[in-house]
Amino acid sequence: MFAHEFMRNALIAGSFVGLACGLVGYFVVLRAQVFAGDALSHVAFTGALIAAVLGLNIVAGLFAATILGGIVMGILGDKARADDVTIGSLFAWTLGLGVLFLSIFTTQDSAGNGTAGVRVLFGSIFGLSTADVRISVVLAVLAGALLLTIARPLLFASLDAAVAEAQGVPVRALGLGFLALLGLVAAEATQAVGALLLLGLLAAPAGAAHRLTTRPYRGLVLSALFSVGSIWIGLTLAYVFPTLPPSSMIIAAAAGIYLLAIASTTTRDPRAVWLRLANG
Amino acid sequence: MVEAAIFQELSWNPLTDLRELLTYPFMVNALEAGTIVAVMAGVTGWFMVLRRQTFAGHTLSVIAFPGAAAASLAGLPLAVGYFGFCGLGALALAGIAGSRRSLSAESAAIGSLQALALALGFLFVSLYHGVLNGVDSLLFGTFLGITRGQVAVLLAVAAAAVSLVAIAARPLFFASVDAEVARAGGVPVRLLGFGFLLVLGLSVAETSQITGALLVFALLVTPAATAHQLTPRPLLGIALSVALALGVTWLGLALAYFSIYPVGFYVTSLSFGVYVLVRVGRALGSRRRATARLALEAA
Repeated sequence: MFAHEFMRNALIAGSFVGLACGLVGYFVVLRAQVFAGDALSHVAFTGALIAAVLGLNIVAGLFAATILGGIVMGILGDKARADDVTIGSLFAWTLGLGVLFLSIFTTQDSAGNGTAGVRVLFGSIFGLSTADVRISVVLAVLAGALLLTIARPLLFASLDAAVAEAQGVPVRALGLGFLALLGLVAAEATQAVGALLLLGLLAAPAGAAHRLTTRPYRGLVLSALFSVGSIWIGLTLAYVFPTLPPSSMIIAAAAGIYLLAIASTTTRDPRAVWLRLANG
Repeated sequence: MVEAAIFQELSWNPLTDLRELLTYPFMVNALEAGTIVAVMAGVTGWFMVLRRQTFAGHTLSVIAFPGAAAASLAGLPLAVGYFGFCGLGALALAGIAGSRRSLSAESAAIGSLQALALALGFLFVSLYHGVLNGVDSLLFGTFLGITRGQVAVLLAVAAAAVSLVAIAARPLFFASVDAEVARAGGVPVRLLGFGFLLVLGLSVAETSQITGALLVFALLVTPAATAHQLTPRPLLGIALSVALALGVTWLGLALAYFSIYPVGFYVTSLSFGVYVLVRVGRALGSRRRATARLALEAA
């Protein structure tokens, strides 16, 4: 498995993307901002396609769009927590724009580019070049370092915004900064699992970590471990069974971990579950 | 995109344009289907926004994609996949909402469900080895090639969904506005919540056959959000939401017919444009009222 360069590239890039997603995802879940991640996935799709139509670098378009999207959501929302209806209306339109650019792109250049939309939506982790890997490692390390620097005040602001503000924590600036960081990580994840599936890497490992522990630093570590683990499991499955798409397998692994976490915390005693089922 | 295949000249005379639009049976079918879908989405969307279930609604609309992909893999009619998966999705979402955990745990669960659904959809499509362009039409829909049979099914489902909402409208409104008081008043809040998700799933499954899984949400959320901005009164709000959904659907279909760009772009852009206008208008209005009040106080 490690003899193939595409596999090594995928594993290295995937591990770092997973690390960044797990760390940021922990805060996304803590702040109940999963919907913002959902919105960013649509922004990522549209950004990449706009860049493709304009003939710019797709990856650059992706990053610009998601970081900008995160900042816009932060500004729109009250106290840097955008409300769902505004976000929903905005990303429904973003997606409409994406469809427009997809149609322009496919009519503009019909030779071989028909699947560009699908690639952006569902990722192409086996198609990463060594340069791509280097970029994603650098950005993942940058995102992780930034997050760990602001982790303490961000944690405070997320748990009790009013008290944190009274203590002089810049709650609004932190919220905005966090959404911009989320944009950066979303663009990273788009390359690995695609725009539509990045939500799974943000929500499922972090959701599992939140189920298993209430202690923040232990939770952060668990979330990162689960996220990297699901990337490894997913990539291995996709390698062993070539018909299975890697991005689907990664998300399936993440969802499996989440389900296991729910099952293990719901009851310590498996007999109790059966009893409850038998009694209706 | 199929839409690019037909390109008609616009004569700038609305009547001749309209007549030309209605000469083609496929366009008549599309307009009828669009009308039914808009009414259904306007009604259920209004309650979805009231109940602040936009994330759940978006997840349900995304679940239509694996449904369709699974059906084409198994060789079943697409509608079976749409309804089956949206029904299952509504069950799962009701379970998540029913567990009454914290907001963050709920959003993590919904997000994971959505990503899993999309991952399954992509898996089924890959296993199907179909033309990858099929993904585009499952996700973004096509308003061409809608048959009479589809319009009839649409009408039946829409009638069922809208009348279910109409029957439960009063208690549902009560339960959505203040769940605690409603529960104390003997309203079956949990049952209503589950029933509403099922109806939402039903309408989403139906709508996504025309608009594609990714664009249903535009029709569900934006007209309803605009209506909520304009009035807090339920009946007027629902009427407004339906009228807006109808307006953007008709105009979007007509614009798509006379240009090479996809209908989804027009529908989402028109509805978002109206939403922004209303938001800006309201913000300006409240500022004017504030200055008027200040002037009064000064006088």
